[in-house]
Amino acid sequence: MQVNEFKPKIVAFCCNWCSYAGADLAGTNRLNYPADVKIIRVPCSCRVNPLFVLRAFQRGADGVIICGCHPGDCHYTTGNYYARRRMTLLFSMLDYLGIEKERTRVEWVSAAEGAKFAATMNDFVATVTKLGENKRLEDLRCKK
Amino acid sequence: MVKISFEKLNSLFEKISEKYDLFVPTKKNDGQSYFEKWEQGKTVSDDLNTVRSAKDFFFPQHEDIVSFKLDGKNIEITDERREVRPFVMFGVRACDVRSFSILDKVFLSEPVDTFYKAKREKGIVISLACQKPSETCFCTTFGIDPTEPEGDIRAWKGNDCYYLEGVTEKGNALLSELSLEECDRTEVDAQIENTKKILDRLPLGKLDTDSFGGDKLKELFDSEKWASLSESCLGCGTCTFVCPTCQCYDIKDFETGHGVKRYRCWDSCMYSDFTKMAHGNPRLTQLERFRQRFMHKLVYFPANNSGEFGCVGCGRCLNKCPISMNIVKVMKTLKGEN
Amino acid sequence: MQEVMKNKAKELLASGEVRAVIGWKKGEFCYDITPAVFTNAEEIDNGFIYDDFCGANLSKYLIKEAHKDGKVLVFLKPCDTYSFNQLLSEHRINREKVYVVGVSCDGKVDIEKIKRTVGDGIIALSSDGDKISVETLYDKYEINRADALAERCVNCKSKKHVAYDELLGDEGEVLDSKRFDEVEMIENMTADERFEFWRNELSRCIRCNACRNVCPACSCEKCIFDNDNSGYVNKAPVTSFEENMFHIIRAFHVAGRCTDCGECSRVCPQGIPLHLLNRKFIKDINTLYGDYQAGEDPEARGPLTSYTEKDPEPSVVTDKE
Repeated sequence: MQVNEFKPKIVAFCCNWCSYAGADLAGTNRLNYPADVKIIRVPCSCRVNPLFVLRAFQRGADGVIICGCHPGDCHYTTGNYYARRRMTLLFSMLDYLGIEKERTRVEWVSAAEGAKFAATMNDFVATVTKLGENKRLEDLRCKK
Repeated sequence: MVKISFEKLNSLFEKISEKYDLFVPTKKNDGQSYFEKWEQGKTVSDDLNTVRSAKDFFFPQHEDIVSFKLDGKNIEITDERREVRPFVMFGVRACDVRSFSILDKVFLSEPVDTFYKAKREKGIVISLACQKPSETCFCTTFGIDPTEPEGDIRAWKGNDCYYLEGVTEKGNALLSELSLEECDRTEVDAQIENTKKILDRLPLGKLDTDSFGGDKLKELFDSEKWASLSESCLGCGTCTFVCPTCQCYDIKDFETGHGVKRYRCWDSCMYSDFTKMAHGNPRLTQLERFRQRFMHKLVYFPANNSGEFGCVGCGRCLNKCPISMNIVKVMKTLKGEN
Repeated sequence: MQEVMKNKAKELLASGEVRAVIGWKKGEFCYDITPAVFTNAEEIDNGFIYDDFCGANLSKYLIKEAHKDGKVLVFLKPCDTYSFNQLLSEHRINREKVYVVGVSCDGKVDIEKIKRTVGDGIIALSSDGDKISVETLYDKYEINRADALAERCVNCKSKKHVAYDELLGDEGEVLDSKRFDEVEMIENMTADERFEFWRNELSRCIRCNACRNVCPACSCEKCIFDNDNSGYVNKAPVTSFEENMFHIIRAFHVAGRCTDCGECSRVCPQGIPLHLLNRKFIKDINTLYGDYQAGEDPEARGPLTSYTEKDPEPSVVTDKE
């Protein structure tokens, strides 16, 4: 294995009711996904404030993914519908500012979709690895 | 007095740049001028003044002070002070040059602000006389002569050349290094005379400071007019950030995730958390904060500095305030002229 | 127009219908107008003005003024009435305590644009139809009014008042503006060009907060960026990240509520075209969720506080070519 291989840091916001359980299932099923994905559990995908996404990038994330229940299945009935609009607009704005849109993603993962969770993370990590380090939304003060 | 023709200006700048960082007012694509580091191809803007004042180079908007890193039970402390490269500022107007002496009184009196001091020592100011003052100019109110500015070297822009004259030791030393062509003062004197005629016609030229000063504290502080003056103030920091003499700062800690970076940054008395302390905030309303800004410049500062006012009449707040409230309106209203 | 307005203000003050009048007050020169509260006829006679430079949107002052006792009269231009409605829908203003007089507007003039043409030293200005005559300390000029029009007025979206108790002057129409052209132009750049473009603009930010404080949609009692306990407080744009963060979050927070009044760009001392951020959100909302004009209808539900099951997935953005 190459020593200097770039391994992206990924922050995954996962909703407590579906996606976090999905991640759990991926774990119990021993499905592989890169250890550089750091999961932050949130009560609902709509808990994710745009500031969380930006702050993740500031603190060194190379990609941010938000996972929630499938539309229609939200534990709080409608939370993910709001999250969907918010994140669409936020990602569009980041793209407008010239920040790579591939660094952000929303994926719906249910508690039964352990395999999807692992596949999603593998895919996202691969995409971000190709992009390389986050330079455009980095904060130099936070570099080690 | 020496001169340098416009054609040779580039080579002069080149020569200065060998030893110094050189900053000149340059026009940016928003149509306004800013001091920028000179490099081949950059030309000196003809604008009367820059949006941001020359203060930025001696007292920047933010400055790292120290950083802390936690390593087990040890705290590693690093001085973040950066070495200042010698620099030259070309084209600083008389108002901005005077602002340095106001800032000096704050930062160079005990306890000396070593960050500021280092920059003052390493900086050489080449001032530029004004020829076409604006309607918003009132530097003469504070005894500034824009036709013969202070600075380490003063310059005049003639028809085909710049005239330069050393003022301080630092300035003379630089001038002698540059070995420029000697010349007489004829064109400069004519220009000064001409500019003075324009100064007489400035709409704010007659503004005086008679009603202000350290001894007017109580009367001005208690004035009922602050209420209407501050009524529409938005509480933004524009006036304080474009002001060449505003010198309040805040010290902040930024948590980097693996340590703390302590920096200082400009503060604004217009902000709700200005001088906020453990017990709370001494100025709770915008009226009090607004009053603070003008009392500081017109009363508190002269009270502590043998009568010198904390304003240089550059007119930036007149140009930039979103609601067009400014020190001139405040002075006139307090005097009862408005 | 100005005289009619003055008379209206004096009439309502005299009858006791209103306690105060929010209007524009003339300044030191011919262009530096300040929003002001007038409480008697004398003040109105001495200082009230309505001309080409009364660009300031007065609706936000109502938050403060309408909390006091008694009714207050406010003069609103067509685009200001959208902000007014938006504030109403957010329950920031008590409608009962405001008497809105709509005033017509044929676009406001940007003094910065004039200064860029004629230089410094403006001592007199007069507007005559399509032309503006300018007298400076150094020369006289005549410029086309259209060339001096404020950026937001060049692309005026509406001459129609969406809220008023009384209207002075003629009512206009909602216009078919080209306000999204510039947004589209930026969208059509490559990502690198866009990044370059916005770095160039946002790096000038000095965090004076003028854009935020003037914005009628920014009406939080305590902004997150001022709140020491939020963890997001910052007073200076220390890094490029913070410049980006402040403007992204500010624009996002007013997304769906921004009426595109253009005050943010008007007041920016550094001339950053902040309205282009807000317009991007408006354009996206229109395309993705259907046309929506904030402030048009105070009863309408904002696009970010509603949803449909058929909304497009975020992949429309992240997967687009």
